[in-house]
Amino acid sequence: MAERSFKSEVEDLRKGDGDTFTGEGILALTKALLENGVGYVGGYQGAPISHLMDVLADAEDLMSELGIRFEANANEAAAAAMLAASVHYPIRGACTFKGPVGVNVASDALANLSSSGVTGGALIIVGEDYGEGSSIMQERSHAFAMKSQFWLLDPRPNLPSIVKAVGDGFELSEASNTPVMLMVRIRSCHVTGSFDTRANKRPPLTVREALANPRSDFNRIVLPPMSYVHEQDKVKNRWPAAEAFIRDRGLNEIFGQGGRIGMVVQGGMYNGVIRALQRLGLADIHGETEVPIYCLNVTYPLIPSEFLNFCSEMDAVLVIEEGQPAHIEDQLAAFLYRAGAQVRLHGKGVFPMAGEYTGQVMLDAVTAFLRSAAPEMLPAAIRAPNLVKPKLPDLTKVVPVRPPGFCTGCPERPIFAAMKLVEQELGKHQIAADIGCHLFGSLPPFEIGGATMGYGLGPAANGAFDGGGVRRPISIIGDGGFWHNGLSSSITNMVFNKSDGLVLVVDNFYSAATGGQDVMSSRAENATKATQNPISEAVKGVGVTWVRQIDRTYDVPKLRDTLREALTTKTPGPKVIVASSECMLNKQRREKPLKAAAIKQGRRVEAPRFGVDEAVCTGDHACMRLSGCPSLGLKHTGDPLRDDPVAYIDQTCVGCGNCGEVADAAVLCPSFYRADVIHNPGPVERWWAGVRTSIIGRLARRRAAKRLEFSA
Amino acid sequence: MSVHESLEPRKGEARLETILKVAIYAVGGQGGGVLTGWIEALARAQGYVCQATSVAGVSQRTGATIYYLEMAPSSGRIPVFSLMPAAGDVDVMIAAEWMEAGRAIIRGFVTPDRTALIASTHRNLAVSEKMVPGDGLADSTAVREAALQVAKRLIAADFEAIAVNAGSVISASLFGALAASGTLPFPRHAFEAAIRTGGKAVEPSLRAFAAGFSAAETGDPRATVSTVEMPAPKVSGPADLLADWDRLTVRAAALPGDTLAMVLAGLRKVVDFQDLDYGASYLARLESLAALDHAPFDLTREAAKHIANAMAYDDVIRVADLKTRDARFIRIRGEMAAGDNPMHLTEFMHPRGQEIAGMLPRRWGERVEASATWMARLDRWFGHGRRVRTDSLRGYLMLYVLGGMKRHRLGTQRHAQEVAHRERWLDVALGYLDGNYALAVEVLRCRRLVKGYSDTHARGLSKFDRVLEGIALVAGREDAADWARRLREAALQDEKGKALDGALATIHSFV
Repeated sequence: MAERSFKSEVEDLRKGDGDTFTGEGILALTKALLENGVGYVGGYQGAPISHLMDVLADAEDLMSELGIRFEANANEAAAAAMLAASVHYPIRGACTFKGPVGVNVASDALANLSSSGVTGGALIIVGEDYGEGSSIMQERSHAFAMKSQFWLLDPRPNLPSIVKAVGDGFELSEASNTPVMLMVRIRSCHVTGSFDTRANKRPPLTVREALANPRSDFNRIVLPPMSYVHEQDKVKNRWPAAEAFIRDRGLNEIFGQGGRIGMVVQGGMYNGVIRALQRLGLADIHGETEVPIYCLNVTYPLIPSEFLNFCSEMDAVLVIEEGQPAHIEDQLAAFLYRAGAQVRLHGKGVFPMAGEYTGQVMLDAVTAFLRSAAPEMLPAAIRAPNLVKPKLPDLTKVVPVRPPGFCTGCPERPIFAAMKLVEQELGKHQIAADIGCHLFGSLPPFEIGGATMGYGLGPAANGAFDGGGVRRPISIIGDGGFWHNGLSSSITNMVFNKSDGLVLVVDNFYSAATGGQDVMSSRAENATKATQNPISEAVKGVGVTWVRQIDRTYDVPKLRDTLREALTTKTPGPKVIVASSECMLNKQRREKPLKAAAIKQGRRVEAPRFGVDEAVCTGDHACMRLSGCPSLGLKHTGDPLRDDPVAYIDQTCVGCGNCGEVADAAVLCPSFYRADVIHNPGPVERWWAGVRTSIIGRLARRRAAKRLEFSA
Repeated sequence: MSVHESLEPRKGEARLETILKVAIYAVGGQGGGVLTGWIEALARAQGYVCQATSVAGVSQRTGATIYYLEMAPSSGRIPVFSLMPAAGDVDVMIAAEWMEAGRAIIRGFVTPDRTALIASTHRNLAVSEKMVPGDGLADSTAVREAALQVAKRLIAADFEAIAVNAGSVISASLFGALAASGTLPFPRHAFEAAIRTGGKAVEPSLRAFAAGFSAAETGDPRATVSTVEMPAPKVSGPADLLADWDRLTVRAAALPGDTLAMVLAGLRKVVDFQDLDYGASYLARLESLAALDHAPFDLTREAAKHIANAMAYDDVIRVADLKTRDARFIRIRGEMAAGDNPMHLTEFMHPRGQEIAGMLPRRWGERVEASATWMARLDRWFGHGRRVRTDSLRGYLMLYVLGGMKRHRLGTQRHAQEVAHRERWLDVALGYLDGNYALAVEVLRCRRLVKGYSDTHARGLSKFDRVLEGIALVAGREDAADWARRLREAALQDEKGKALDGALATIHSFV
């Protein structure tokens, strides 16, 4: 079960002609796919399009009514490869994943697909993970379109534009026999708004029907001599066809007219540009602009005639292209040069080469451009500001950074606590990390992990150390990464090369970092997916002999002992520890309502929560350095004798047990306690508890009576 | 060239003013999405066009996260809204945590000309603040001063506590504060209707909404720093002991300077730790120090604090005593909201050989500690994790008996060690007293380094020793006290003592 359910929103996807849909970008994308007669969809989760996968999964019933096949692909390569169905069959297909990392994984299939060309529209919806909130290296997916010659859409970030881009994308794909990538940015995935709906369309040919009439054509195979033909076809036929379609259908837009200056913007940047112009008094609330804008809803290919036409009467043009390299700006510059144009091109320079175009960056750069190219357009207050900006207090040294970390009760916390303890014992080890929540283990307080080379590549990243040495190399991989491609790229790589290293598989029952989607080894029953395939069986299947399965990661001493054994055993070959406990976020979501209902119904329920004895805690914070749990905080006691804040546990504690285990395993301090409140106890239990409480109370009071007691 | 002379922004700026911009800074997992959803539903129900965006990603896993909304009265045409807040262009900034308010200020999203800042004063500590062995908590007052300076209006209260008390979550109390702020042109009942439309946990949300509303209306943002002031503890017990106690407090009051509060706190601690005689010896030690002291009696005050901590060391007896008191059970039952339900209570103890040896009579303990065989044996017998159920008779009695060993405490090996360590430390401090008063005070303060149990305690002791060694190197200098303070602060910065190494290396470079 995914972290977020879209079951109720999915009903809106049934809306027909003349209705209005109001909601999030990802739902609008799904609705657009259905309206455009898509025949099959798939993808792989990852921010910012994780929720698109969740919407698709929740809409599976609706899609199967329409004869649409939904595939939760094993990884992005599998998702892109699935588009092969559109090579021979006139079926529209779509897949989604994050960019650019997902596109990296998919690029082999995308290159083959682009060479073969498509008959049915093939749409790749990429959530570009760039700028604030991004969790990956800062790159662009743009270059993939350029190298493989497929087309890239970057619609304006509002629902009607995004929905229109889906339809345009399919048609462009079919008109040019080329796959089309539709790029949405982090915020446009979750931007809300409204659009007018159309009825959902059943695909003219379903994938099921296609199987009844299989097709093949060796001309589409990527082998010589056809591959040479494909390249020529791309340049001579598909590209011109695409250009014609883009031009004839007016996919790119022009706002405003006249004037000596203009702006060329990526569709996704449009709203930011308008806001900057609005703040300068050069555009109104509806985007009526005094500076003409050529809005590139298609960022590849660029249409030279359109562009040259736009700026033919202009002195200067500003290109607004986020990220680097500046592919668009470079190409537009080449267009101008070849045409012998005299227009001055601005872009990178007034804009920073790298980094997100935030509101301030946009305002500063647009102002700088206007100041140099058309200062008379700027309001006097901006042209010659005579207001001295008040000096604001500097809090940068006060406010702590707050990187993501393990949630309250996360089952991965004790794993890293155990790792830290083992390292204290055996010394620092070479550790390679992977992608997933467990990567937070590389941050303080654990600092367990070095480089990360990609999803499922943690153990492979230790390949150079497979030969062994004084201390064994350790790698960490999650269940998501394991099934994404870790089993083949990482585990078999180790087995084949007779690695001496240790792999720690962090199995939390889900692809947790992306929102709790099911994977092969998930424990949940899933009506449409085969779950419950143990990771330990899979690694044994590929030849690992030293395998340990730990079914409760909160058992820190056991984990520590198992890790120590793995690092010291004489057994040759790779060592694999599978540490399994359910993602606490998902577990709480599942169990909390059940527990509340059980208490209400009068059934016996134990509710555990941890606490700290303030008087026993010495404020050394050793527990913090083995935890970092959000529910474990610090507070000043108000006692003048104590300088340092002491630990306390707030009401969000879920009683996972890590505090007690760590206090025990690391021999920390006796200030932790666990209180289990028994709701709806049986009569005998209640009576016996009463007896014990009264005896204990009497003993305690007897002692108290003989001495001085200080109470607040 | 045609020159348009325009002093004011032109086109559409008036209508532009009708766009209301609301940003929400939260910590992942706080329910910022729910709050965003309510505001959106509210605006649409009130005839506004509204757009919300959020950054979903791993930042939702306890990291800093941001939501953003823009709205404008509906006019038939869709306005062009921005997808992210811009510095200097935010009308309402809601910060669901105090340091997040600081982050919003750093980003320039709070400006005096337009921004109403609605912020919860509670802290949700970042890992970097918690890891520090000393006091790493960020300076909340600095954020408050900045907020008062940069916000057009500041509404600050502990909206987390307000929500929890109402059985709800912070998004609801903040929504109430937003309604009370009057920054959105919608009536209160429209806000409440949005919660009802949401349909989830309606009643608790409405309660927290109402509480947040009134807190925002009545609260004084300047006065909401919750400074923890301990009320003077009450003392109770048998009449003869109370009489003795009164005599001790009279002695305490006779100590010079503004030291009474500290001395009384120290006296309570050592009496609670052992008995009134022990308290008397604490006072005697202070009196002898005070005789050497002069105004403003910093030495006496610091000695009162740190000698009390040194005398009330953390041994097994103290822990067992504290864990078996009646008041503790009552307090925990209250905190856990156990009502009249039974409650299991599990203590996590991990005694080591040293602790057991420390409880032996001094001569015996000395010999055992000197013997590796015996220490190994003790570790084998006792040195493993124990989960003691103090709600069970067996577990309780075990700790009760241990706690009752108080009367033998002053003859134990541990006590002898603690006394020796304490006297050494005081000797060092007093040794500097004549030449450098400030340095003597700083040495007293170094006692703060000794805390924790087992490894942490050992590390603390070693840092303490190294700091004193470092101090010895610079003792002759005029700025020795400064160096002592610097060394101590460095030692409190990180676990392994990297900062202390650095500071010591600096000292070695010039001595």
